[in-house]
Amino acid sequence: MTRRGVLAAALAAALATAAAAQGDGRLSGFAFMGPDTQAMQKDDTANPGMLWVAEGEALWSQPAGQSGRSCASCHGEAAQALPGVAARYPAIDDATGEAVTLDGRINLCRQRNQQAPPLALEGRDMLSLSAFVGHRSRGMPIDPPDDPRLAPVRERGEALYRLRQGQLNFSCANCHDDNAGGRLGAAPIPQAHPTGYPIYRLEWQAVGSLQRRLRNCLTGVRAEPFAYGAPELTALEAYLASRARGMELETPAVRP
Amino acid sequence: MRAPMLFIAASLAVVAAAHAGSGAPVPLRVVGDGIPEPLAGLAGDPARGRAIVVDRQRGLCLLCHTGPFPEQRFQGTLAPSLAGAGTRWTVAQLRLRVADSRAIDPATIMPSYHRADGLARVAKPFEGRPILDAQQVEDVIAFLATLQDKEGPKR
Repeated sequence: MTRRGVLAAALAAALATAAAAQGDGRLSGFAFMGPDTQAMQKDDTANPGMLWVAEGEALWSQPAGQSGRSCASCHGEAAQALPGVAARYPAIDDATGEAVTLDGRINLCRQRNQQAPPLALEGRDMLSLSAFVGHRSRGMPIDPPDDPRLAPVRERGEALYRLRQGQLNFSCANCHDDNAGGRLGAAPIPQAHPTGYPIYRLEWQAVGSLQRRLRNCLTGVRAEPFAYGAPELTALEAYLASRARGMELETPAVRP
Repeated sequence: MRAPMLFIAASLAVVAAAHAGSGAPVPLRVVGDGIPEPLAGLAGDPARGRAIVVDRQRGLCLLCHTGPFPEQRFQGTLAPSLAGAGTRWTVAQLRLRVADSRAIDPATIMPSYHRADGLARVAKPFEGRPILDAQQVEDVIAFLATLQDKEGPKR
């Protein structure tokens, strides 16, 4: 094969990997990254997010709280744990009727079933557990529940997504719908599909949640960021998940 | 005559200083599609203006715009090039576009750099403050007016 042929084949393969799943114009943030970062995500021995997954796997079997139970006590061994579950959050918690994120569900489970204190949101343990549970759904389609109780939550999320805010007066949609594919300074603007959370972000040198990403953007437009766990962030997560229905989960994704 | 003139000059200085101190925007006197008079009667400095335009914390311009700044890597692609801005627009038009682009097009993504009203959920440190103060706006205008390019994109 000529050098040009090799390049063309490599490009075609990269595009196919990134886009093949859809064909409806939706693209994961993966498609907007350079080949080095893509390679880092695809190789588990190079993907730093796998360290969090490994820590989460250890936590899975570790007893917590007065119950003396671990996650594994109820949900089974790590190898069998919760396939596809992370792809279905946010979901409605039947006990309260409220929408909860995966992180929120982990804390509810700790409090109700393990009689353990909640984990700090965005703390190392929570990120590790959610990275582990997310990884158990890697490769599966994002599958938000068909639950009518989620409709108003998604509507609220969409309203927030379209709200121009902050001193710079930007909505999420201004960039991620109207200008996706463009460059904000050095940064390519992706389509805001939450396909790989929690992600290992090179800028953070750490794994972080979708809520951290949302707070970063709010701070960037000089708006007051919502607190971790705030219902507004849950609503945004629910709306974004509904837009990404059917896209493949990549947890733990790597992003620039 | 001299004493009243001095008094007026001193008063203006006090007004300008008060605005700078409080950080609140000065009133915008729009005439037609522009603002003919300099904000707070201030004179702009093109060199300072250029520094503000390329500064990604103050002017933020190159996050969206490209322009004739060969030393600046990673210029944005969301907005037209600034090259030739001084040819396409009068100084009065440039002043309105920078100070309050929403007045020209409510749907524009370009922020109104010298307005602090009509905004939602502004972070506390920025509340009530414009993105650029009156002096900075005048500096930016003075610089943009120097971007003369007969071959630049047409309005």
